[in-house]
Amino acid sequence: MTLTSGARFLSLSLAVLACLVAGHARAQEKAIALIGARILPIQGSPIDDGVLLVQGGKILAVGPRASVPIPADAEQRNVTGKVVIPGLIDTHSHIGLTGGAVNERSGPLNPDMRAVDAVDVRDPSLQRARAGGITTVNIMPGSGTLMGGQTVYLKLRQGRGIDDLTLRTPSGRVAGGLKMANGTNPQGDPPFPGSRAKAAALVRERFLAAQAYRDKITRAKGDPEKLPARDLGLETLVEVLAGERVVHHHTHRHDDIMTVLRLKQEFGFRLVLQHVSEGYKVAAEIAAAGVPCSVIVIDSPGGKLEARDMDWKTGGVLEKAGVLVGFHTDDPVTDSRLLLRSAALAVRAGMSRDGALRAVTLAGAKMLDLETRIGSLEVGKDADFVLLSGDPLSVYSRIEQTWIEGLKVFDLTDPKDAVIANGGFGAGNPRLSTLCCFGNHGGDQ
Amino acid sequence: MNLRNAFVLFHVSLRSSVAGLALLAPTLGDAQAQIAVRGETIHTAAGAPIRDGVVVIRDGKIAAVGPAASTPIPDGFRVIRAKVVTPGLIDAHSTVGVSGMLNQKQDQDQLDKSGPIQPELRAVDSYNSLDPLVDWMRSLGTTTLHTGPGPGALISGQSLVIKTAPQNLDSATLMVDAAIIGNIGPEALSGSKDKAPSSIAKSIAMLRSEFTKAQEYRRKLGVADVEKRPARDLHLEALSRALDGKEALLITVQRHQDILAALRLAEEFHLRLILDGAADAEQVLDPIHKSGFPVILHPSMARAEDALQNASMGTAAALQKAGILFALQSGFESYVPKSRVVLFEAAIAAGHGLPFDQALASITLNAAKILGLEGRIGSLEPGKDGDLALFDGDPFEYSSHCIGTVISGVVVHEGAK
Repeated sequence: MTLTSGARFLSLSLAVLACLVAGHARAQEKAIALIGARILPIQGSPIDDGVLLVQGGKILAVGPRASVPIPADAEQRNVTGKVVIPGLIDTHSHIGLTGGAVNERSGPLNPDMRAVDAVDVRDPSLQRARAGGITTVNIMPGSGTLMGGQTVYLKLRQGRGIDDLTLRTPSGRVAGGLKMANGTNPQGDPPFPGSRAKAAALVRERFLAAQAYRDKITRAKGDPEKLPARDLGLETLVEVLAGERVVHHHTHRHDDIMTVLRLKQEFGFRLVLQHVSEGYKVAAEIAAAGVPCSVIVIDSPGGKLEARDMDWKTGGVLEKAGVLVGFHTDDPVTDSRLLLRSAALAVRAGMSRDGALRAVTLAGAKMLDLETRIGSLEVGKDADFVLLSGDPLSVYSRIEQTWIEGLKVFDLTDPKDAVIANGGFGAGNPRLSTLCCFGNHGGDQ
Repeated sequence: MNLRNAFVLFHVSLRSSVAGLALLAPTLGDAQAQIAVRGETIHTAAGAPIRDGVVVIRDGKIAAVGPAASTPIPDGFRVIRAKVVTPGLIDAHSTVGVSGMLNQKQDQDQLDKSGPIQPELRAVDSYNSLDPLVDWMRSLGTTTLHTGPGPGALISGQSLVIKTAPQNLDSATLMVDAAIIGNIGPEALSGSKDKAPSSIAKSIAMLRSEFTKAQEYRRKLGVADVEKRPARDLHLEALSRALDGKEALLITVQRHQDILAALRLAEEFHLRLILDGAADAEQVLDPIHKSGFPVILHPSMARAEDALQNASMGTAAALQKAGILFALQSGFESYVPKSRVVLFEAAIAAGHGLPFDQALASITLNAAKILGLEGRIGSLEPGKDGDLALFDGDPFEYSSHCIGTVISGVVVHEGAK
């Protein structure tokens, strides 16, 4: 029990730390100028010997040293020799979903479930993500069901609870999409589908029900007598049908990808394909459908039947086909500290360097409908950025600092953060492994 | 045949130094090309890098290594060029070929849960040289795998050292029954309160009891009266080879208390340990150093969960600083990715404080030393196997490629991986 107690102690001390920071979590008052770094703004050309000026959580100015006037009262930080990039965006992660909160296997269709009700923001996995330069993350339920529930887009601010980390849509709801999955993971004994065709049939039936529910509401014209009883799941699907909530669809095999595209065609929802392991086989079809892809990059193929034909070239092939490409960690499948590594391995297999860096920043922002706010270093955008010791796509570079809305949330020189970044005694993770039960019900992630 | 004589000689010398190892004479067939590899930089793992160097391979063995200016390439030899050349990579501990790529019931042979202690299970009887992951590893520079049973039982069987060559099993095998594979820790518990072992103390009690039986078996085998000798027992026979260190016991021990428990066991039964995993190694560097046992560290990118919750990408550097002989491994993965890749694990260690040469040694010469095969593989020196990995840049850099793999002089991978 020593280790467990130690882990609890750590999680408590992290929590205390979080409380202290949260006191001024949304108040970056004084202007800060980072001076001398090579800045890769993603939107626009690289800037050598640049200045990034931030205040009030926003970017005030970015450009060459000579062209950016620095206010007299700004805090000046000399970061000569470093590289600055926008905060990374992980478009598919399971951080903070502790103790089996990833999948609900009591039924195959759970659009009423919300990740926002399940994420433990004090779990060390969130700080590991900050150590990996991730500033915005799409936390999703697992792929063990056809509809895993509502995902939640979080800014990885240091906060006391999840409400300090959420983002809001223009309509005011908590920002997030809908997780869906096909292939073998959601299969099982009834009520789960026993085949791919059954899986598609179950999903189509539920979307038809959502259309009927929506139409009934329209026809009721506000008359309470005619309105259908409120259905939380169908309500979510109505948001999906209206294009207000993006479907993030787990899918690996080429034929499963085509099934998702077919469903999109039938019901008109907005879609991001997730994993897309065999995307290189149907790149033209994906491009024709205009669907973005968030690709997983793993060190070897297999581990399950659908990952047999995984290939690092997927990112590059999709890029060339004109598809908007992102990458994700699927943490804990790959490590949140190594999201840049996934982009780099895609470069190894043919993707452009610019495209790979864009994939983990601006492309990710577009997939989450957040591109006006994050994803590039442009005036007026959130001051979310990462300071590196060198080339972001080199194994020898280290992420030294991560900033969100003008506040530093990770610093490699802080011994506590170094333990999270490198690992080591005290990095202990109180959660139970989420990789325990794949053999029993066909997969969690 | 000169070649065959050389193998026999080698066989004998290794047997005398590492007693109890079954060595099969390696013959990759008669297809061994006479080749030379010319590299802008050659990392031999046995000295300073050679700029503009040549490795000459004759009949599968390294005949010469040196600067191009002073190392002539014999007429008729095929010449391959590469920016960077290293020894063929050695994966010091893997389950590749035993735990298959597809992760389906029929290709998972790494763990038999029918008993907690089963040293009689041999990797040689379950290795699938045609599993796609063997090819995958080969294409990323791995030429030798130490593979076999996975973690999850106190003793899960015996391992195998084999080249990743796409030839049949026997010709590629370096060592059968290379080590007994064991595991102390939460992952090796039964998971059920009424089935042993459900605790660490019980785990150790069971191991001690079994090794005591092996001692008795060995004693009885030595009695003068043939009639009083016990019948041959594969289980105790394997365990008795571990007594007095004749065969190494590779024991997966991630947590510091499990590492200490393994050292205690080794002292009592005079076992020769290879400490495996060792996530908490930094907490017990002194006892490990004092024991003299080497460490095959968990993959740098192992998930920091459960027994590995204190795993660190910096432990390799810490072991090096402490002067402990260590290697890196691909280890065992139960899901996606199905295996890690030693090239990448060493790369991450190099990115976290381990000097380049030491990172390379952890997947070449030091891995060979831990396996007792440094006389044959692990560095580019005359007389050793012609096993090489070729790269178009820094081998550890993400965007470099493994452009060639050579095993005993045969090119087994070409193209940019």
